[in-house]
Amino acid sequence: MADVRFEAVRKTFGKVVAVDDVDLEVADGDFVVLLGPSGCGKTTLLRCLAGLEKVDGGRVLIGGRDATDLPPRRRRIAMVFQSYAVFPHLKVFKNIAFGLKMQKERKDTIRERVESAARLLHIEDLLDRYPSQISGGQRQRVAVARAIATKSDVLLMDEPLSNLDALLRMEMRAELKALLRQLGTTTIYVTHDQVEALSMGDRIAVMNAGRIVQLDSPLAIYDHPADMFVGGFVGAPPMNFLAADIAADGAGPVVNLSGGSFAGGPSAAPLAGRKLILGIRAESIVVEPEHHEGLIEAKVVVVEPLGSHNLLTVKSGDDVLKVSASPRLFPEPDSSVWLRLEPNRIRWMDPETGGAVEPAGAVAESVGGR
Amino acid sequence: MRDRAPHLLRSLAGWLPKALVYVVGIVVSLWVLGPLYVITLAAFSSEQDVYDYPKQLLPKDLSTGTMRFFLDFPGMTDALWRSVIVAAATLAISLAIGTPAGYALARFAFRGADTVRLSVVATRAFPIVILSIPLAVIFIRWGIDDSIQGVAIAHTALALPFVVLTTASVFAGVPAELEEAAMTLGCSRASAFVRVALPLALPGLAASAIFVFIISWNEVFAASLLTLQNRTLPAAVLSTLEGAPLNFRFAGGFFLLAPSVLVILVIRRYLFTMWGRVVR
Repeated sequence: MADVRFEAVRKTFGKVVAVDDVDLEVADGDFVVLLGPSGCGKTTLLRCLAGLEKVDGGRVLIGGRDATDLPPRRRRIAMVFQSYAVFPHLKVFKNIAFGLKMQKERKDTIRERVESAARLLHIEDLLDRYPSQISGGQRQRVAVARAIATKSDVLLMDEPLSNLDALLRMEMRAELKALLRQLGTTTIYVTHDQVEALSMGDRIAVMNAGRIVQLDSPLAIYDHPADMFVGGFVGAPPMNFLAADIAADGAGPVVNLSGGSFAGGPSAAPLAGRKLILGIRAESIVVEPEHHEGLIEAKVVVVEPLGSHNLLTVKSGDDVLKVSASPRLFPEPDSSVWLRLEPNRIRWMDPETGGAVEPAGAVAESVGGR
Repeated sequence: MRDRAPHLLRSLAGWLPKALVYVVGIVVSLWVLGPLYVITLAAFSSEQDVYDYPKQLLPKDLSTGTMRFFLDFPGMTDALWRSVIVAAATLAISLAIGTPAGYALARFAFRGADTVRLSVVATRAFPIVILSIPLAVIFIRWGIDDSIQGVAIAHTALALPFVVLTTASVFAGVPAELEEAAMTLGCSRASAFVRVALPLALPGLAASAIFVFIISWNEVFAASLLTLQNRTLPAAVLSTLEGAPLNFRFAGGFFLLAPSVLVILVIRRYLFTMWGRVVR
């Protein structure tokens, strides 16, 4: 059990800055997900923590101890790799026992710990097999069992589920979450899959271009993205972004979009007179088949029935939006629908910086970075 | 009837390439195995049968006479023994130097890696014929001319580029993540190599070792040039070949090819069946 702290950690590969002065604190027992597109530096940051990459600046602390210059084996960490990295020349038992053997544990202790780890991952019947004789999903379980068997302070996971097929991934996601909760080990989990991040993490650190752009709970990340990148990256479909003009009216602020205008509600009042980007999630837009006051007209482009709802791609003025509608609503392509944008579900963004604009006028504080 | 013709054609089209592969395979096999068979047969025939013409294609009466004649020939057992020592020494030295070099080329992107790779190959660009005279001069100066050490060093020089390049590709085939996983599980870089990379590379290293052995065993030019009295088997056979009777030639030929064939046959199984998986 230990906490983890990154202090201005920097890593460059030649001219490319992979990790750009990242600060991050992970409390003891916390489950933090590093989320970002490929090449954002999330895996590099994890490898800096594992000691597999030498940092070019800053410090890495594990359990309050400066681990910056320690080799991986002295950091009391365990890691699950994307490719599983299960040793093909060792049977499953010896794979799980590898770390314990390196720690020079007694033989019966090793057997006991290997068997208990194998039971946790339901692979106790496979201990006598070679990795080539088991399936990919089972190999994945071996990799996790091997990592938890050593009872290390921090568990690092680098896209552990990305090589599994969709169904298995969903199954394993829930199982892994339950297992890690049960173990209570500090865990840092890297993924590019925002569904995985939202569903598993206590907190999510969204990374972009070597920096952490937002560190928050999954719901806060989803509902209150710190900038347009986070809004666009997290959530399927991504957040809609529309150019908006906020005008003051006697009755309250009016939001003018390219396809129409609507009353912005009291929260938009301090923003009157500004040109901003309106960010809104597909499910925060209500689709009405008929025109009412305060609705915005849109032409239907595509209807995608998804069972639980219908995803509509609509065009309103110059803007193309994704909106989710009732599964019973099947508008014809090219027909008109009317949209109600829930004013209190709108996230305002600054068109210059891309950062969120709080109604008070302050730009949302971005975590990490400088 | 009419719709049968295209069907026939189609099945012929599917069948033809396969047949072609088999025909080529059989021709190549005969081309390699034919001489091997004739040499082996003659080596174990009596002196009389060796001189018989036309040749018997089936063994008539096997005899060790030819082999005994060859081995009793003055200096031949010594030459045979020297060949074994030289090949073993070449194998040990070139693997000891070449394996770390191959590992470094495979794992680390160091400055000048490409230059190293190229210069390794470049040593093979100079024919041994050109290198041999200066080599002989240097060896005489060092006092290792006409010695098995000298031949072993020359053979190492010949085999080393091969070892470096093959082991580099072998280690490149062992995922670096496996060693990294070992390091997170308590290994140092060195012990991760010994516990993970080495066992996984072993089949490839074994293959490399076989070829080094054969390179040395069959090398005749450098061996002939650098030695006079202490010749390895191919050099000794070559120098006596001219005046030698036919049965001597066949027996000598058999000794030159037998280890190569034997080693490949034995090691092949080890190469292809490891860790519960069979690669065909």
